[in-house]
Amino acid sequence: MKQKQFTQILGFNFLRMCMFIVIAALVVILYDITSKGIGKINWEFLTAMPRKGMTEGGIFPAIVGTVMVTVITAILSIPLGMGCAIYLNEYARDNKITRIIRMSIRNLSGVPSIVYGLFGVVIFVQLMHLGTSILSAGFTLGLMTLPWTITASEEALKNVPNSYREGALALGATKWQSIKTNVLPYSISGMLTGTILGLARAAGETAPILFTGAAFYLPFLPKSLSSQFMALPYHLYIMATQHHAIAKVRPIAYGTALVLITVVFLMNLFAVILRYNLRKHKME
Amino acid sequence: MIKFKEKLIHGIFFFNGLLVVIVLLGIFALLVFTSIPAFKEISLREFLFNSNWNPTSYVKSSYGIVAMLVSTFMVTLGALLIAVPLGIGTAAYLSDVASTRVREIAKPTVEILAGIPSVVIGFLGIVLVGPFIAKVFNLHNGLNALNGSILLAVMALPTIISLSEDALKSVPKSYEEASLALGATHWQTLVRVKLPAALSGIIAACMLGMGRAIGETMTVLMATGCAPAMPESFLGAVRTMTSSIAIELGEVPYNTTHYYALFGIGLVLFIITFLVNMSADIILHRYQKVAK
Repeated sequence: MKQKQFTQILGFNFLRMCMFIVIAALVVILYDITSKGIGKINWEFLTAMPRKGMTEGGIFPAIVGTVMVTVITAILSIPLGMGCAIYLNEYARDNKITRIIRMSIRNLSGVPSIVYGLFGVVIFVQLMHLGTSILSAGFTLGLMTLPWTITASEEALKNVPNSYREGALALGATKWQSIKTNVLPYSISGMLTGTILGLARAAGETAPILFTGAAFYLPFLPKSLSSQFMALPYHLYIMATQHHAIAKVRPIAYGTALVLITVVFLMNLFAVILRYNLRKHKME
Repeated sequence: MIKFKEKLIHGIFFFNGLLVVIVLLGIFALLVFTSIPAFKEISLREFLFNSNWNPTSYVKSSYGIVAMLVSTFMVTLGALLIAVPLGIGTAAYLSDVASTRVREIAKPTVEILAGIPSVVIGFLGIVLVGPFIAKVFNLHNGLNALNGSILLAVMALPTIISLSEDALKSVPKSYEEASLALGATHWQTLVRVKLPAALSGIIAACMLGMGRAIGETMTVLMATGCAPAMPESFLGAVRTMTSSIAIELGEVPYNTTHYYALFGIGLVLFIITFLVNMSADIILHRYQKVAK
């Protein structure tokens, strides 16, 4: 009897240790970036152009570039993702085509990000003549986020009770009318929550934009959607590995990393607050 | 009129649904068609079985991907050796041992970990993990396969943890109760009843984590040293398929043999991750059916 208890204590402590290692990994990551990056963060760093071959000045164009690309990503990903989710949850019957669509979604979310980059180079940069630009990069990221948007949106649609749909249909509404008036208004914020989480991931991605529009060094803001751009994740990659004076620009790299994870977290936080308000709304 | 409008809307949504199938097939078709021209000059045998990748050689370019394939699998294997026990252990702790309060802290931790951009993890590989490895093993620098494995483990952990936890949670309560009623301890119940019952779900979770590790680009690009040769050990520099594409695609002119060959690597990568994900999918579905 005693030995059994002993094994249990030993076992549970092993599991506890596993969890602590995982938490410790996150703490180390956040602590290192924050403690070494915070000293670099000031108004100038956030709003000035890079100067002297990026050894001085700020990262303003990288911040603007990331925001612009994320907007393009959202413009492609939100309508197409929500449309697909509406089809799957509201219209689709359980047949072969539906199963193929679902299987495709799961597989798309497993396609490596660099493969999306290859796809973007051929389709957007070359075939559609968009060149290496904000549009090409945004569309590439848009396709990459599609499976996440669909999954999240479908989840939100599932949460709308069937009685809402049936109520509208019983009053003589058509299918689309019932979706438009009784389903979408109650699921839109849920859909947006999931979508924003996907966009936050896209904003931090580097591989798909490497060849579709991100630029090494541009000491000015992009003039239009068909110009190249600087982006936070790509800038961090450059500062960490490609710059000619890596040791000298290390503080800038830390500062960029901190800004990048802050942007990603703020987007996550925004989504979480949206979800929280939604739940409260429902309770009332 | 209304009927026509309804039909039209239905049609539009149906086409929207089909779009994902078109994108997936499109990616595959594009990789195939763009890499075909490469095989006019490179024999498939050389591509798949030669370990020498040197497209820019003055004497004779060679296009063998074996060294990269081995590098990719080595780094992935190392990542799994770290992430699988840690991930399953954490999942078991969260589902069976942790109090509600601990769970409330640990759950967001895993979510935040999943949200950290890969380029940031890669950066930490250079500034944190690299110097640490160099110190421990007394090396010149710490940019090697081991570094890549550690970072990929961190990236695969959130997937493995959350999916394994789901699998453990969906084991019917009656299994646990029956085991406890027979006098087994909680630990025995966990190890001998719940883990075996959730095994297929856990395997699927690990395979999805593996798919993620194989396809990951930025972390391995930054942290593994990127020497394009056959890897010698975990402490040597390696260059995976993903980082080879990332390094070289920016430098080659469009529509050359070298360019097409990089798409060939992309195709191999796509096929491997597709097979891994499909198998995970099949395992997961079978297990869901059994659970029902």
